[in-house]
Amino acid sequence: MDAGPSVREKKVSSVTEALARNVVESGQRAAARSDTSAGTEKRSATFRVWRGAGPTGELRDYSTSVSEGMVVLDAIHQIQAETAGDLAVRWNCKAGKCGSCSAEINGMPRLMCMTRLSELDLQKPVTVEPMRAFPPVKDLVTDVSSNFRAKKRIRRFTPRPPDAPDGTWRMAQADADRVQEFRKCIECFLCQDVCHVLRDHHLHEQFIGPRLLVHAAQLEMHPLDILDRTDDLKESHGIGYCNITKCCTKVCPENITITDNAIIPLKERVVDKHYDPLGKLVRLVRGRNSADRHQGEVR
Amino acid sequence: MPEYQRHEHDVLVIGAGGAGLRAAIEAAHVGASVGLVCKSLLGKAHTVMAEGGVAAALANVDDRDNWKVHFADTMRGGQYLNNWRMAELHAKEAPDRVRELEAWGTVFDRTPDGRILQRNFGGHKYPRLAHVGDRTGLEMIRTLQDYAIYQPIDVHMECTIVSLLKDGNRIAGAIGYDRERGRFKLFSAKAVVLATGGIGRAYSVTSNSWEYTGDGHALAYNAGAAVQDMEFVQFHPTGMVWPPSVRGILVTEGVRGEGGILVNKEGRRFMFDDIPENYRNQTADSEEEGWRYTQGDKNARRPPELLTRDHVARAIMKEVREGRGSPHGGVFLDISWIRSKLPNSEEHIKKKLPSMYHQFKQLADIDITKEPMEVGPTTHYVMGGVRVDGDTQMSTVPGLFAAGEVGAGLHGANRLGGNSLSDLLVFGMRAGKFAAEYAGRQTAPRADTQQADDIVRVALEPFNRQGGQNGEGPYQVEHDLQAMMQELVGIVRREDEMRRALDSLKALRERARKVSVAGNREYNPGWHTALDLQNLLTVSEIVARAALERKESRGGHFRDDFPEKDPSYGKFNIVIRRGPAGEMQVTREQIPEMRDDLKRIIEENK
Ligand SMILES: Cc1cc2nc3c(=O)[nH]c(=O)nc-3n(C[C@H](O)[C@H](O)[C@H](O)COP(=O)(O)OP(=O)(O)OC[C@H]3O[C@@H](n4cnc5c(N)ncnc54)[C@H](O)[C@@H]3O)c2cc1C
Ligand code: SF4
Ligand code: SF4
Ligand code: FES
Repeated sequence: MDAGPSVREKKVSSVTEALARNVVESGQRAAARSDTSAGTEKRSATFRVWRGAGPTGELRDYSTSVSEGMVVLDAIHQIQAETAGDLAVRWNCKAGKCGSCSAEINGMPRLMCMTRLSELDLQKPVTVEPMRAFPPVKDLVTDVSSNFRAKKRIRRFTPRPPDAPDGTWRMAQADADRVQEFRKCIECFLCQDVCHVLRDHHLHEQFIGPRLLVHAAQLEMHPLDILDRTDDLKESHGIGYCNITKCCTKVCPENITITDNAIIPLKERVVDKHYDPLGKLVRLVRGRNSADRHQGEVR
Repeated sequence: MPEYQRHEHDVLVIGAGGAGLRAAIEAAHVGASVGLVCKSLLGKAHTVMAEGGVAAALANVDDRDNWKVHFADTMRGGQYLNNWRMAELHAKEAPDRVRELEAWGTVFDRTPDGRILQRNFGGHKYPRLAHVGDRTGLEMIRTLQDYAIYQPIDVHMECTIVSLLKDGNRIAGAIGYDRERGRFKLFSAKAVVLATGGIGRAYSVTSNSWEYTGDGHALAYNAGAAVQDMEFVQFHPTGMVWPPSVRGILVTEGVRGEGGILVNKEGRRFMFDDIPENYRNQTADSEEEGWRYTQGDKNARRPPELLTRDHVARAIMKEVREGRGSPHGGVFLDISWIRSKLPNSEEHIKKKLPSMYHQFKQLADIDITKEPMEVGPTTHYVMGGVRVDGDTQMSTVPGLFAAGEVGAGLHGANRLGGNSLSDLLVFGMRAGKFAAEYAGRQTAPRADTQQADDIVRVALEPFNRQGGQNGEGPYQVEHDLQAMMQELVGIVRREDEMRRALDSLKALRERARKVSVAGNREYNPGWHTALDLQNLLTVSEIVARAALERKESRGGHFRDDFPEKDPSYGKFNIVIRRGPAGEMQVTREQIPEMRDDLKRIIEENK
């Protein structure tokens, strides 16, 4: 230890009563939470997991025990350790921060590490499949490299000259906030997975997709950036393919309002610069809760 | 004869977290041809998880701050075992590295006058951490990634390096396999930068991901490089403890920086009970003063919750051991109490700690704006690593460099929060620069393919054992190793337990030698785990041997049988190398005498 203890009795006994009560109550609640799990013993559940290399494969059933607080990724790891050592899956943070563990759980595009088993009906098998909009590699792993290639096609961040002689900039928090919403993106590509332009029409090379429109919006609205990417958005990034179904927004685990806050303002910029009949439509639709025209499988 | 995909680079950077990306960018700037390898996809490395912020004496929030205070804080936090040259360079260069991030697109939170905002963190005298809510690491890695993809850097994603290659004494490249297909890749390089991160998977309760199997430490050790300070493992005081499946996931120190307090089950704020002598002058006398500090009052001193991590972690352990813990073996961390101080506390908490709010809501059904969290220590960071030259980051093997968590020196016996992200930038940049310069002076090394062939043969063995009667898989061995390390070489250590740990390691090594894996080479986590396991075993043994050698308690290393700090141990680092017969050699190496001007700075900041 660093040094002898210094006891300061009097000054610390004044933790407000309300706080102490809060802590004690919360302790009781926490204890209650664990009691219920002790009471239910070990239950087990069936996971219907996609197994396959490349395009061929099948759903296979695995049963494993479930315990309090488990998420789908835990179940997959347990299955890996118990019966399917070579079951391929990507993950890193197990806390919804890295965007590695995207999959389709009971048909819904989700992060496996943030999907609690308690949200699912365990009476029926839980299906776990890879993101279907991307070429399959093996089991739950898909080839997401098109997203990395698409990003390279977007022109890079280019700041205005520094505001202060020491080479720094000034920026209001409000301006920062606007792009911070977009910069929260964890590149899980779930939005790309549900977008019909990519999923059903496979236009990966023509349309950069919602994730990269968020990236472009971040650049276009960045308080320091001075490039104008409007022409690119129209000509090479295919923003016109988006017909604002908002499916992407619904699956975003970071709750980024992809369509309203990123895509529509970009479309408006394109419209302002070029006459574009679809763009006109966009303005009409904006503000309304536009109907979903495809893919019921969103939360 | 195995087949290889061959790649040739001046500089090969292994690891694409903050340190690796920054190194690759710098080497490319200098004009070297650069390869960058990582086990996951780009942008998923550990750096993405960092929450609280990056430390740099920008003095935007408190103009009394400067590099000297940051230097003194870092040395005090590290209990003076730090490589003082690195601590000096780090404190001096961090501000430029952070400003440079802004020039590359990072959008930090702002001060009212529009500059980069800084927050309080444990062990930092002034508000010093530039941050973006509680997702600073994401912002940082994305900035570096989005900058790097426009540089002439060849990125090899999802590729694991299994060994370094040498040409005589100097480095010649590395060999690895691509995870997707299991094909081997042979990299020839004049210089190699290790930026592989840490070793947290050696323990069962950890905030670290599967990547943290100590690969870089083991690669360097196997290549003959010295590693040091490996007894110093940081157990972060606040990991989640409930439910079981989230045990270990980090709760950022930012919670305490924003006013969160630690209380035991009796509601007592126990951190006030034991304040170390060398921090007494800097610690608040009352709860009121502590609160004022977190709200930016420059005349207030920090609350005891913001003492260094080693101290806070042990204080929590003590409460739990003495029966005053929370129901699931932790203590309570409460930020919701600030509603008695701030009218809009709920919004405030959600704004300042959005991902913590999210994390508890989604994973534990707890609303942190209303209820306290349950927290306990979790394995977080390794201070030790590859021994390097403070200026150039070159290891004891010519041409082999190391930066970031895999390197050693900056943090000494204990790292201050926020000093890792700045470490990555400062020394990533230096490693890239000096590696490129070194490469420029070298003729192409000749990597001996015989070395490579042997490595590949050993790497493929787990498949050949298939069906043998010892059909144990790698996961069970890994699990048992983690449980053993947690139990015997964890936060509180004793000689007899560590001797037992060394015996267990021998047995585990035997088991690891026999594991078999099913399936084929394509994206096969079983096989990957079998290979990573070798590195885990190596680093676990290094940690245990170093911990055995240090018969005192200091920083992240606490010995129950030697609970006091022993000044004679403050003069050297414990260094481990591979001996000629493959045995681990443990030596003590003197810390060079500090320059007088730096000594004065430390005196002035006592
Ligand atoms: C939850 C959490 C929160 C944190 N918060 C903070 C904070 O607020 N402030 C702070 O300063 N620090 C923080 N830290 C610590 C800090 O994030 C890490 O120490 C730092 O990010 C390490 O960066 P790195 O570049 O050294 O390694 P990493 O970012 O971990 O990158 C390592 C890279 O090496 C690659 N790699 C590893 N082995 C191999 C191999 N064999 N072959 C090929 N590639 C390999 C990996 O794939 C990865 O790309 C936090 C850590 C955690 C876990
Ligand atoms: S709004 Fe619909 S069409 Fe447009 S990007 Fe999102 S999912 Fe695709
Ligand atoms: S925008 Fe949302 S859904 Fe799309 S990649 Fe980013 S975090 Fe994932
Ligand atoms: S593992 Fe990182 S988001 Fe799920």
